[in-house]
Amino acid sequence: MKFFEDIRVGEKSELGRHTFTAEDIKAFAARFDPQPFHLDEAAAARSHFGRLCASGWHTACVWMRLMIDYRRREDEQRRARGETVAQLGPSPGFRDLEWLKPVHVGDTISYATEVVEMRPLESRPGWGMIVVRNTGANQRGEAVISFVSSAFVERRERQSQAS
Amino acid sequence: MPRLHWEDFSPGQVTECGSRFITRAEIVAFAAEYDPQPAHLDEAAARATLFGGLVASGWHTCCVLMRMLSDDFLGDANFMGAPGVEEVKWLVPIRPGERINARATVLETRPSRSRPDIGFVKFRFELINAAEEPVMTLVVSPMFGRRAANAGRDRAPNTASRS
Repeated sequence: MKFFEDIRVGEKSELGRHTFTAEDIKAFAARFDPQPFHLDEAAAARSHFGRLCASGWHTACVWMRLMIDYRRREDEQRRARGETVAQLGPSPGFRDLEWLKPVHVGDTISYATEVVEMRPLESRPGWGMIVVRNTGANQRGEAVISFVSSAFVERRERQSQAS
Repeated sequence: MPRLHWEDFSPGQVTECGSRFITRAEIVAFAAEYDPQPAHLDEAAARATLFGGLVASGWHTCCVLMRMLSDDFLGDANFMGAPGVEEVKWLVPIRPGERINARATVLETRPSRSRPDIGFVKFRFELINAAEEPVMTLVVSPMFGRRAANAGRDRAPNTASRS
């Protein structure tokens, strides 16, 4: 992770993509979101979705995984260059999550994140808050998910105080 | 035929939606798959984070709530999913071995403008820990089938088979 001071509003990152299989969709749904339209092709065909689709929580959780994998790759490159890596802190939550289109079996979703707001945290010296808009689009370029989340990011000054 | 329809919800209703014990094993298993950050994976690494110890991923918490609601009343309702989530606040982290309770408050109900057979119910869901603190709040407006429309649809195939 970059330090808070090195992040700019408007920065956009392509996080990677994921293809949803019938097996994954059903396994996730069986654990966390056991609705007939996420579990069974025949039941999904009778539902308003028309065919099997992924739980919206599944679509969101894959964003989380790809975001962490992306940050990890970035951090490895920074360490290889001899740079210090900032900690990604807790998130207070998210808002305005929209599941814009269903994710069907075989869809490949490409995820991205863009910094939309930044502010220092009065309550936690050494940390700043970033607000990011996260999106996912299918192989036809149609948006399937969008949400705005926030997270604490370490400030460079915290590192210099610690050392 | 499901027992609960859109008409069964009205503003001000408060319902307890079950209780769940959160284990270390499930926190780590979810994190390994969807949110592999030190605070969710490993006790020693988690101690060095702002959380000061192992805690459940916020996304895991959302998924646990989804499962609790499915087991409690969605499985018995004409539930049609949600177009999104207005807001989620992760207020207090959930630690291994904690028991959490879910509570639903109906904030408002409105019929769909475009589809006379469905309506929206806006809920605030809360997960509450043993200390009676809300650990997460989630505001969402899922869709439910309306009783009259659904009864009509259920009758149609029987009529056809008899004729």
